[in-house]
Amino acid sequence: MSSGKNSDVHKIVDHLFRREAGKMVSVLTRIFGFKNIEQAEDVVQDTILKALEVWKFGKVPENPEAWLYHAAKNKAIDMLRRQQLKYKIDSDISYLLKSEYTLAPALNEMFTENEIKDSQLRMMFACCNASFTQEAQITLILKTLCGLSAKEIGKAFLSNEETIQKRIYRTREKIREENITLDYPGANAMTQRTDAVLKTLYLLFNEGYHSSHPEKLIREDLCEEAMRLCLLLIENPKTNLPQTNALLALMCYHVSRFGARLDDKGLIVLLKDQDRNQWNKILIEKGNEYLNYSAIGKMVHDFHIEAAIASAHANTTSYENTDWKMILNLYDTLLNRTNNPMVAINRAVVLGEAEGCHKAITELEKLKGFTENCYYNTSLAEMYMRVGDKETAKKIFGKALELTSSNAEIELIRRKMKMCS
Amino acid sequence: MEKFLYLFRGTENNAHDMRDNNLSPEDMQAQMQKWMTWMKGLGEKGILVGGEPLQVTGKQVTGTKKVVTDGPFIEAKEIVGGYLIVNAKNIDEAVEISKGCPVLEVDGKIEVRPIQNM
Repeated sequence: MSSGKNSDVHKIVDHLFRREAGKMVSVLTRIFGFKNIEQAEDVVQDTILKALEVWKFGKVPENPEAWLYHAAKNKAIDMLRRQQLKYKIDSDISYLLKSEYTLAPALNEMFTENEIKDSQLRMMFACCNASFTQEAQITLILKTLCGLSAKEIGKAFLSNEETIQKRIYRTREKIREENITLDYPGANAMTQRTDAVLKTLYLLFNEGYHSSHPEKLIREDLCEEAMRLCLLLIENPKTNLPQTNALLALMCYHVSRFGARLDDKGLIVLLKDQDRNQWNKILIEKGNEYLNYSAIGKMVHDFHIEAAIASAHANTTSYENTDWKMILNLYDTLLNRTNNPMVAINRAVVLGEAEGCHKAITELEKLKGFTENCYYNTSLAEMYMRVGDKETAKKIFGKALELTSSNAEIELIRRKMKMCS
Repeated sequence: MEKFLYLFRGTENNAHDMRDNNLSPEDMQAQMQKWMTWMKGLGEKGILVGGEPLQVTGKQVTGTKKVVTDGPFIEAKEIVGGYLIVNAKNIDEAVEISKGCPVLEVDGKIEVRPIQNM
């Protein structure tokens, strides 16, 4: 996770703005209605600009969050009094905004801790509405709940600001056309809708964890945001499902290895060679805790199995002591359930550890359609290398080299190729 | 459906000017909560047309000479502290609805008046 230096006040404020922007946009959108989200974002933007203006000449107030909420609230009250909103308010508290009897008290209440969390949760459900594409869902979450700008989102996805802007614009149209609101899903749809949110958080996390983005910080930020939102789901009894806990456990295990994944020069260190003392023990413990909670009930979700695999690695003291047979079993189950080709590649690699590299090669070569996949090629080449066929290994590593643009990956493959000659 | 005006009399009964009464912060919050619940209910049932609380200060303009005097105008207890306009079938229903108003719980007084269609 972020290793912020306390002396760097500017960074702290930056982070504060980003975090609080997400909260304030959620709350204000809940008040104004989803259709008026743009105006909610304007209020937040103005509030932050005002804070910058005031704070830069003096000190950051003791309770900067309260300062921001106060300013945002006043601005919102002003807009509501002047009836400046573009679309008719259709939020569940619209009646309270019509009279001075209830306007200010209603807004005060919306800015209390519980209601802020509630608004964020509603926003999460709204962003993960089935009307939006998966890409749009992740974009909306990052924009509204995580306070990232279109430019920052573009950077995180190796895309550009314009593409993201267009995507956001299309979601705005959808919100109006399909009348999407920030209401909670009904009790019947709760589990299904929560699963949709979890899936999006999982993808957001993976984007941070597996992407070949050159900037490490951006990737860690995405993971951190996914975890923060997952934790919000756990804090609410309605969304605190076994699979929610399994997902957070999985995230904890993965993030525990952040410190060991790259060496001093920024080069990739493979699981086998990682210094396990560098794994974050606290996060592993947290992972174990959430995995325990996830075991309540009979339901088994894919996240349970993935978390169990991650747990097996995280709780083993050395690569040599890894229980590959058990991990292979878990992969078999996972593959059966998902039929996901990436799982099939991972399973084959585990098979190599459990039953020998020749078997892994046979399995990998059975998989079709991956000749242009970098990870597939490096996995296959690694197996050839281990069975002593350096020539074939080198050839396949060469192929993999053409399929990645990540400097860290290129360097890793080059090192492997040297070992083959 | 007809429109009716609720006039809330007496500063002590104004939910938004409770500084001088003996309510604790907790009581005040509870009172505020009741207002929110009540208003939301009226809104959802299509009863609420609108309405606002009033400040206790103001001016009075009188007669053809348009004489301006400062408030307060009468005994504090008789000051209008706020108003609401509601939809109801008839005066009886308007009165029935008014009985749910939180102002009554702090011993307030509501004047229910049908709006005269001209």
